[in-house]
Amino acid sequence: HQSAYESDNIKVLCRNPDDYVRETTRDIQRVPRNYDPTLHPFEVPREYTRALNATKLERVFAKPFVASLDGHRDGISCITKHAKSLSTVISGACDGEVKLWNLPRQECLRTVQAHEGFVRGICSRFCGTSFFTVGDDKTIKQWNLEAPGYGVREEPINTILGKAVFTGIDHHQRESTFVTCGQTVDIWDEQRSSPIRSFSWGVDSFSCVRYNPVETELLASCASDRSIVLYDTRESAPLRKVIMQLRSNTLCWNPMEAYYFTCANEDYNLYTYDIRHLDVPVTVHMDHVSAVLDVDYSPTGREFVSASFDKTIRIFPKDKGHSREVYHTKRMQHVICVRWSADNKYVLSGSDEMNIRLWKANASEKLGLLSTREKAAAHYNKKLIEKFQHHPQVRRIARHRHLPGDILKQKREQREMKEARRRREQNVRKHSKPGSVPLLTEKEKHVAAVVE
Amino acid sequence: MAALVPEVLTSTHVEKMNKKKPPKRYWEETENTDQRRPEEEQGTAVQNQNKSTVKERSLKRKNGENLEKKDPFPGEAPIPHKQLQKFQRGEKYKVPAGARRRLKEAIISSEAMSELAQKQAARYDLLLPEDAGFLEGDEDEDTNTISQDDIADAVDITSGSKYFNLHLSQFGPYRLDYGRTGRHLLVGGKKGHVACIDWQSKDLMCEMNVMETVNDVKWLHTEAMFAVAQKRWLYIYDSKGLELHCVKKFNDVLRMQFLPYHFLLATASATGFLQYLDVSVGKEIAAVCTKMGRLDVMSQNPHNAVIHLGHPNGTVSLWSPNQKEPLVKMLCHRGAVRSLTVDKTGTYMVTSGLDRKLKVYDIRAFKPLHSCFLPAGASCLSLSQGGLLSAATGDIVQVYQNVLGSSPVSKPYMAHRLRGQIWGLAYCPFEDVLGIGHGEGFTSMIVPGAGEPNFDALDTNPFRSSKQRQEWEVKALLEKVQPELIGLDPGQLSKVDQASFEQRHKEQVEALGFDPLAKDKFKPKTKKKGRSSAGAIEKRKRKVAHEDQRDEIRQTVQERTERDKEQKEKSNEKKKLGNKSTLDRFRK
Repeated sequence: HQSAYESDNIKVLCRNPDDYVRETTRDIQRVPRNYDPTLHPFEVPREYTRALNATKLERVFAKPFVASLDGHRDGISCITKHAKSLSTVISGACDGEVKLWNLPRQECLRTVQAHEGFVRGICSRFCGTSFFTVGDDKTIKQWNLEAPGYGVREEPINTILGKAVFTGIDHHQRESTFVTCGQTVDIWDEQRSSPIRSFSWGVDSFSCVRYNPVETELLASCASDRSIVLYDTRESAPLRKVIMQLRSNTLCWNPMEAYYFTCANEDYNLYTYDIRHLDVPVTVHMDHVSAVLDVDYSPTGREFVSASFDKTIRIFPKDKGHSREVYHTKRMQHVICVRWSADNKYVLSGSDEMNIRLWKANASEKLGLLSTREKAAAHYNKKLIEKFQHHPQVRRIARHRHLPGDILKQKREQREMKEARRRREQNVRKHSKPGSVPLLTEKEKHVAAVVE
Repeated sequence: MAALVPEVLTSTHVEKMNKKKPPKRYWEETENTDQRRPEEEQGTAVQNQNKSTVKERSLKRKNGENLEKKDPFPGEAPIPHKQLQKFQRGEKYKVPAGARRRLKEAIISSEAMSELAQKQAARYDLLLPEDAGFLEGDEDEDTNTISQDDIADAVDITSGSKYFNLHLSQFGPYRLDYGRTGRHLLVGGKKGHVACIDWQSKDLMCEMNVMETVNDVKWLHTEAMFAVAQKRWLYIYDSKGLELHCVKKFNDVLRMQFLPYHFLLATASATGFLQYLDVSVGKEIAAVCTKMGRLDVMSQNPHNAVIHLGHPNGTVSLWSPNQKEPLVKMLCHRGAVRSLTVDKTGTYMVTSGLDRKLKVYDIRAFKPLHSCFLPAGASCLSLSQGGLLSAATGDIVQVYQNVLGSSPVSKPYMAHRLRGQIWGLAYCPFEDVLGIGHGEGFTSMIVPGAGEPNFDALDTNPFRSSKQRQEWEVKALLEKVQPELIGLDPGQLSKVDQASFEQRHKEQVEALGFDPLAKDKFKPKTKKKGRSSAGAIEKRKRKVAHEDQRDEIRQTVQERTERDKEQKEKSNEKKKLGNKSTLDRFRK
């Protein structure tokens, strides 16, 4: 019989399997998509679940410790990065020994008995062919980075005998001058055996001096009279200094923003200063429970790492008051020095118990080559965590860090002490003449004076 | 070169060839849309003004000197507004007045990102491979008079084979369920016959008789497992018909719903219990006593996973596993509710009752949209992905078009008569097929336009291989939504929680049963020694406690009394004056 209508009046869904199934088993599967929201219900709850899983996995995979370089026979006193090579690191120990390390192979390339007593500072020359060391034996020595030939004795290229003990050294970014500190801050020419210029500002000794990596003529140093002094090498006198409540141990310039530096203080805090406004620090970074001994910026200038006497290292975002990460191990003792590698991936820490430890800068990052899909998944997870970061469950998991018992105890103790101090101050204010006890912010509390 | 011909033609044969225009070129149309840039308009205006220059230029171009032409499609390709609207998620967030710079930047950048995503998704619509089915009658012909046999004849063989009958008169009537991908069909006869079929290849996966009454059958998350509600307990079988579990916590189950994103099997029992079984861990998540009697009308809202139950007193109640009380209770019919169904966007609910009415509700506002009278009343209802409503009235299945919306229901789009009472109705996802379970077996009916033409292979893929299914299963389990997140608004999680401190405190007090912030009452120590007992000390303290507050209170009380006094005096004076009655003036 004849059907009641033409076939162009009707269409029924009919899919040809050839369009949807792969032709051979060697082909990839066909995955047609349809982004219609009605086909994807529970968008938000599912995404939230994904974010929660991503947060959990991030914590599961957070295994930051990569390697330990052992070989020194005394506590590590200083580490420096090679100016040109990512894989080379130079470290100095308290017995005067200097070691060159190859990081990917995790082995010592060379050992030099550089000084008698402590090696106080090491710096690599900008061209990467030699490095300088200073030690307790009042000498500055320049060493070749190339190992000497077989049977040839390890000899420095150049030795300068100073008048007093040197405590730190740093090299200029482009020129053949370097700066040392000790009783004075001295600027040296590589070709001369006496300093070109000496700075002192009624200070008996300095603990650290650093060149600004961007404004290369600018210098900053930490002095033992609780002050941080700024210099311009083109001028004859120091620029200005800021005196704090307690002594700063070291400082580090932000490599991206030339006017910021961060100093590691004895009062357990780190302070980021803007050199244009020294009267108040930009940020106070709190979290350590003991004196902070060293600080180093990441090459991106967005984060820095700090080493402390409390046997931990912490990573702070440059504009946040609290750390995003804390690294510790049972065996790691007081951490003396710390450096952020130039590829922004690793952190090196040298500690009292003669080991240099290599950590990942991002604890849960997967090392090695990543496939495109792995990369995409990592990006997606990162974005998810960022999107749901304020949800209580996600935040709780993301923030949790395990701390050793004694540090946790000290942390609680200090919180209590701080609260007690605050209460006491409040009571004093309540019972004294209005305005006589001013309300100081945390930033204002720690600066004693600024001297021009 | 082809682009030049019409210009020349129009300039020469305008009068003669007025009616017969040159064939339209696709770029000409785009020039007329309003997406054109203002500079372009100016340019064309200038062109119109001096045609001679145009001619010269065209001649030049003919010579092939000026091959570089302006882009005929300037700017982005326009996207139809309707298409954009489809991918709009919520309202756009405006930057609040007085927002700080960082907040402003965050809002602007996130808005820009979501707009980009929306545009790209809308653009992607062009690439979708399939179009929806349709059925149109000739002039003066109702489509509902067209029989299934005629349709099966008219369409291609593959589609035609989708209309078939299974004559199973022994163990009926039948309930049925389609799997999420639409390939697998599960039928269960009242008298114990259970079969699962790959219905497209007509491949029987398993068939058995459970030797017990079967009330309902349901696929679980994959085609590897299904649940059968038998006379007493709930049973889980695998696709070979092997009994995996007998869940004795679930008894006398009449109806079941499976929530695929939560991995929850919701069951409604004859004893009035609504229970939730987490099929991924095999645990009972919640058991709610509805206190509404026998529950044999059940449906789920696929948009927010809320369970809808229909009751003999004409009410429909909405349930989540997190609450012992119904989320919403609405009176829908004058008699008992016979059947209900919810559309896939969670906007509309369609109910039918013993009062023989078919009602459409907007369940976002809980308001009736329209109702119509069906002479026989609908015993089963089902909504398709394409928005077609099928209603079983006696032994006839009627399919309605354009039910969802404010316009009232007109005559049916399709109709089909079966032998025997209809017991189950379900549309097959991603196919133009309606499955009907009835007393004489099962019928698969072709309903053009019922199914969603384009599936998303990462979500539900009818053509997936076993490897793909395994991968999908792992991923789906990883993003299993917790039952705590079931609520009326599934997007609640992405909104800012603006509860005030007081409100939150109140909720906390309600949840805990006590006030955690309240100061505990003073209890005097039972100290026996010494005259200064704890109680006495407390009394003494009470005397001097809150002195400053007391002062204030004392002052305010004093002020108030004074004010009251003054007012009293004033009113007294007024009274004295006002006591004179109107007749007093005649008094001497």
